[in-house]
Amino acid sequence: MSTNLDDHARLPPRPRPEPDALSSPYWDGLRAHKLMLQRCRACGRVRHYPRPLCDQCYAFEHDWIEARGAGRVHSWTVCHHAFHPAFKQELPYALVTVDLAEGVRLQAPLRGGDPTLLRPELPVLIDFEDVDEALTLPCVRVSA
Amino acid sequence: MAGAGLKDRAAVTGVGETAYTRETARSQLELTLAASLAAIADAGLDPKDIDGVIPYGAGGVVAEDFITNFGLPDLRYSALTPMGGASPVAALQSAAMAVATGVANHVLIALGRGSIAGGRITSRLAAMPQMRLVGEFEMVQGCNAPAQFYAPMARRHMALYGTTIDQFAEVAMACRDHARLNERAMMRKPMTREDHHASRLIADPFRLFDCSLESAGAAAVVVSAAERASDLQQRPVYIGGVAEGHPDSPSAITQRPDMTRFGLARAAPIAFRMAGVAHADIDVAQIYDCFTWVVICQLEDLGFCDKGEGGAFVEGGRIGLGGALPVNTHGGLLSEAHIAGMNHIVELVRQLRGQCGERQVADAEVGLVTGFGDLGDGAIAIMHR
Repeated sequence: MSTNLDDHARLPPRPRPEPDALSSPYWDGLRAHKLMLQRCRACGRVRHYPRPLCDQCYAFEHDWIEARGAGRVHSWTVCHHAFHPAFKQELPYALVTVDLAEGVRLQAPLRGGDPTLLRPELPVLIDFEDVDEALTLPCVRVSA
Repeated sequence: MAGAGLKDRAAVTGVGETAYTRETARSQLELTLAASLAAIADAGLDPKDIDGVIPYGAGGVVAEDFITNFGLPDLRYSALTPMGGASPVAALQSAAMAVATGVANHVLIALGRGSIAGGRITSRLAAMPQMRLVGEFEMVQGCNAPAQFYAPMARRHMALYGTTIDQFAEVAMACRDHARLNERAMMRKPMTREDHHASRLIADPFRLFDCSLESAGAAAVVVSAAERASDLQQRPVYIGGVAEGHPDSPSAITQRPDMTRFGLARAAPIAFRMAGVAHADIDVAQIYDCFTWVVICQLEDLGFCDKGEGGAFVEGGRIGLGGALPVNTHGGLLSEAHIAGMNHIVELVRQLRGQCGERQVADAEVGLVTGFGDLGDGAIAIMHR
């Protein structure tokens, strides 16, 4: 996202995550350009978004794995109206829901692709976008 | 059988509302109290007869406000059903349980929305605990409002089943046609398919005319024990079957295994079994319509057609007055007002009493009302005169 200082002064602040102990490994991972997913240490089930308990075996213990970053389109929307003023300058933008190879889903904006070509099962890759020094968000690119 | 004991144990005995407007100088509490007084008077009760209260879960009005303003001598039951737009219909279940067990005799369910200037939908949502995950992981990348939360469900439904925007337009036009017969409705200009398609894109596939209104106003109903209902002023409208249902992954649509299926799909069979009625018995249906497609999906989840056939179901005037299943005879959230579905309950009761004038469904005896809220919560009540 290229914005100069003048733009920064004018733009309304974007909503930011407030990571807690449970979600910090996810956000820290993004800053290192890694997509990290929570995994139950007892039964091995991968889950997202982060939560305290495995809903299959009820174990609290978990670790984190790095996702491959590959997936397929599950669904999408193209936003033409900004419900938060911080996103007005990005209109129109597509938000893609991706079935990750690890079995969970990720929602992220499409970058560098034509939203009219989106369809279920389309192969995509997860990439990373540095918003600023403290925040990196995932984004979606259509596989070459 | 689950909940069979609630069949016909409770009745709606009073309904009321304020004017529905785009803006208001009255507070949410004032509007809520005004609608409540109207509903209580409609039942032929005195405010001090109310011994149970269920305010809107997402609102700023609490049970204490009713004790204070009505001078209630003995409030014995209060509850919240925080399920967004499913709250009012879910509250019918809680109220029915309260009066069926003798905990209370007359339960007031009231919902008001004050000025939108003080906080539009996006800022209200971000503060709700059930939106915590969406807030942390989705709002930060520009997914901030229900149109954007729900659009991928509709897009997937279109991709899987061939549902079309022409079919979305059928829902919008039916609601508008009905609103034209309702002096209370905010939107009374005719709407054509071309008008619908020409309205601006909000969150593809939703256009402006697929989206519900933002409104100020309030509505309320009184639920009474069945044995007390027959002595009151209005013909009782009995709650034959009622249920709430929650979807998989209720806090994140993104993670839901089947994002084209709502919590209503779990609640509907329970309510139909409880009421002992078949789909063909339903004379009129008030179906929560925050977005046009949400009506199509609920018609499937209700069992009026198979999954994927909701788009075809709404074609050919089937959901219009005079059709096989008139839907949202008041105009719904799309064209009457967005009173979070409390207006749907009010309309169903008036239809079953035969008080709807020009838009009355002839001989309406049995009807249903649904609620849909937050990230897919559902509720249903099947009622009869």
